Amino acid sequence: MGTLQSSPAPSEYADLSEKTGFSFEQIGVLHKRFRHLSHNDNVLRKEDFNGIPDLASNPIRTQIVEAFFDQRNFSKDGDGKVDEIGFEEFLVVMSHFRPPSLPMTDEQRDSVRKEKLRFLFNMHDSDNDGMITLEEYRHVVEELLSRSGALGKETAKGIADAAMLEVASISVGHMEPDEFYEGITFDHFLKLLATFEIESKMSVRFLNMDTITLCK
Amino acid sequence: MAVRAARSAGFTAVLLLFLVLAGSAWTGDAPAAHNGTPSTQEDPDPHHGTNATNHRKAFPVLAFNYDHVRKPFEISLWILLALLMKLGFHIIPRVSHVVPESCLLIFVGLLVGGVIKAMDEKAPVLDSKLFFLYLLPPIILDAGYFLPIRAFTENMGTILVFAVVGTLWNAFFVGGMMFAVCQIEAAQVGHVDLLSCLLFGSIISAVDPVAVLAVFEEIHINELLHILVFGESLLNDAVTVVLYHLFEEFSHAGTVTVGDAFLGVVSFFVVSLGGILVGVIYGVLGAFTSRFTSHSRVIEPLFVFLYSYMAYLSAEVFHLSGIMSLIACGVVMRPYVEANISHKSYTTIKYFLKMWSSVSETLIFIFLGLSTVEGPHNWNWIFVIFTLVLCLLSRVLGVVGLTFIINKFRIVKLTKKDQFIVAYGGLRGAIAFSLGFLLTDSEKKHMFLTAIITVIFFTVFVQGMTIRPLVDLLAVKRKKESKASINEEIHTQFLDHLLTGIGDICGHYGHHHWKDKLNRFNKTYVKKWLIAGERSNEPQLISFYNKMEMKQAMMLVESGSAAKLPSVMAAASAQNIQQQREEARQQKLLKISKTREAEIRKVLRANLQKTRQRLRSYSRHDLFMDPFEEDMSEVRFRKQKVEMERRMSHYLTVPAKRQETPSVRKVWFEPEHKVYTYDDSQSPRSGAIQLNPRPSDGAALLDGSPQGSEPSAAPQSADQSERQKPSRCLSDPGPNEDEEESIFFSSR
Repeated sequence: MGTLQSSPAPSEYADLSEKTGFSFEQIGVLHKRFRHLSHNDNVLRKEDFNGIPDLASNPIRTQIVEAFFDQRNFSKDGDGKVDEIGFEEFLVVMSHFRPPSLPMTDEQRDSVRKEKLRFLFNMHDSDNDGMITLEEYRHVVEELLSRSGALGKETAKGIADAAMLEVASISVGHMEPDEFYEGITFDHFLKLLATFEIESKMSVRFLNMDTITLCK
Repeated sequence: MAVRAARSAGFTAVLLLFLVLAGSAWTGDAPAAHNGTPSTQEDPDPHHGTNATNHRKAFPVLAFNYDHVRKPFEISLWILLALLMKLGFHIIPRVSHVVPESCLLIFVGLLVGGVIKAMDEKAPVLDSKLFFLYLLPPIILDAGYFLPIRAFTENMGTILVFAVVGTLWNAFFVGGMMFAVCQIEAAQVGHVDLLSCLLFGSIISAVDPVAVLAVFEEIHINELLHILVFGESLLNDAVTVVLYHLFEEFSHAGTVTVGDAFLGVVSFFVVSLGGILVGVIYGVLGAFTSRFTSHSRVIEPLFVFLYSYMAYLSAEVFHLSGIMSLIACGVVMRPYVEANISHKSYTTIKYFLKMWSSVSETLIFIFLGLSTVEGPHNWNWIFVIFTLVLCLLSRVLGVVGLTFIINKFRIVKLTKKDQFIVAYGGLRGAIAFSLGFLLTDSEKKHMFLTAIITVIFFTVFVQGMTIRPLVDLLAVKRKKESKASINEEIHTQFLDHLLTGIGDICGHYGHHHWKDKLNRFNKTYVKKWLIAGERSNEPQLISFYNKMEMKQAMMLVESGSAAKLPSVMAAASAQNIQQQREEARQQKLLKISKTREAEIRKVLRANLQKTRQRLRSYSRHDLFMDPFEEDMSEVRFRKQKVEMERRMSHYLTVPAKRQETPSVRKVWFEPEHKVYTYDDSQSPRSGAIQLNPRPSDGAALLDGSPQGSEPSAAPQSADQSERQKPSRCLSDPGPNEDEEESIFFSSR
């Protein structure tokens, strides 16, 4: 992708709305936010995210920002990273956090879960080989603990290793002496977080977005 | 045959207990006569006292003085027999499956009351002072201390709406309609005025935490519904207190002005916020005190209990909401206290709280039954029936109406099934009874009390008994039995940060933003003050991980200790392989050298000593995570042995392509949390690495070689690392396993 788009007029909202599932007002509000972040430009760059002070204290800041520029999150076959995104991509990434609309059939719930978990998986799998290896998982845990200094680094490794063991035991069960565990595939990831109610937990209220403080 | 014999034995035991209970009440009065007689015998003596004592009384070898110990004796006997009752129910298994324990206890109370009445004696009644000051606080503290904070705060809005608006609605609806009912000529209760009806409405409208806990405990419903109903029952106390005092004051005065109503609203805020403030103050005090208790561990639990009880009493002094104060105190105190106190103190607190709350609950229900039989009743068909109907009706209407509004603001909407359970779970209990008992006016009081008792009985018996089959019928989601999973914890934290980040990008200050801000405030300022030593910097993920490790180590010790071996085998899914491994491991445990032990002990002490186990389930009578009561030093020693063992058996492999890439990095742990990696090119052997992952029950962390003779590669790995430089790691099983293994263990 990576094509620059001109700022969509409200008539184009219909397209976006259909694609991402947001309502017109939500799209309008998000568009306002997009323009604010990009300083009235049509594209958003990584440096633009530095303008958000609250984000600076977030331990997984880099990964969140990366996720916006990861083409895998734009479409199913996307690959690689881009340097700037347009409003449509911004919206598509945001749509991963839409709260589930009730009522959902089981298949709908399943597909929503898959979509959200895919997003998370892409965040962890930075080299895009379809697997979260031990190194990558360790990186995740280190980032989470990045505020605790030296103590965190060692324990992070321990934690990540224990976590990998757990994944392996859940997904693969008993292994023969000459097998080894390569990494967490997407299926294992799904199985791992099977009891995690991701469809409701991973959502941001886009409802009352009129209360944005644009100055931040 | 044996079962029947056991059951009939159970029945006779229970029957005997009834009689003894009744007898105890009777003996309460009898000794008064007894002690009278010795005193009359004393009288003649002083007459002769002035004379030279010609005859002396023989020294009494055995005397009888019941009066001396009467009160504590009776109290103890009552509590003892109540608990024996509780035991007795489990001998009769079929009944306890259908009927919730609270019903059985009330039933027992009824029976005992009946027996006592038949003997024409006066039975002890559920005195309000006894209830509010002694019986209620332990239950509330137990609930508040182990409150699942995450679920509670996520649903706080919903809970508050149900608690405040719902209770207000109930009170006014029931009160108002009852007044209308009282106007009916046929009822002959025209003397009851509006204010009294409203007072009655406010007493009967509050959902009772004791009853809710007692019933919901046993049905294991999913966390959301549990926290909704339970949270509502806790938070509506403020509303109840305000309404009760308001209407009681005014029912004497006779009229209510607008100014009074306004004052009532103000009073609500004062009562609730004041109660919380008192609780927070005592909580902070308690946390601060616990920071200095490292030298007197034995009294740590006492601080927790006393500060909490003081919070409750202080709130009651000012007519603030004692329940909210108690909850606030427990919630505030807990994270800091748990970081400071020793593991034994933590266990003590947990056990004592559950013990006290269990006793209290039992006593409350038995006394409820007793008071029913005893209390003067004024049965008025129309009044009672209408009360019952209106209570149910107002509950249903209230829940449905409020949910309709609430669902507009919730991410996870409440379904019709959820609404039904919430409405159906609105049980009334002993609080309503005690509040009614406190009323002063005697004529209306009896009528009110009768109606209150009827409603309580209906909700506890009918609703309590039928809720379990209904939950099954409606296929309501049950509580998921999830083991503490490090992955879930990682992802919970990850999601928290992710959602905060996304919220910040959107510029939306939601739930996560404020939670994040609170956490940061907590970390930078509060923790430094309230947590002793280096624990204050420990992030949550690390504490969680340490707790998990502790748990695994303990489970390993349990499986390692020979006496407990069979039971653990049954618990962990026992396979032959595992059993052989256990035995093999046991032998290995003995070969560790002393110096290494000391080293390991020091290291592990730094990491493991002050860790705790976090309760995942807030089931009140569930103490499944504490298998041991052994002496700490002995346990620690074994734990560390086992811990070291476990760590050495832990190893993972990293990257994937065995054939494609030349260097395969392998990873292995040492007990000190260091991880070594090396490249395959450096190792003398290349080839397969083993991973034997096992679930976190820790019971089988060694890799799976089916034969006991081929032990894990881990010891060999460790051994080989001895021979190589520490920056290298190691590989897979070679030919001389046993030899290397023993070398490993003895040299280290």
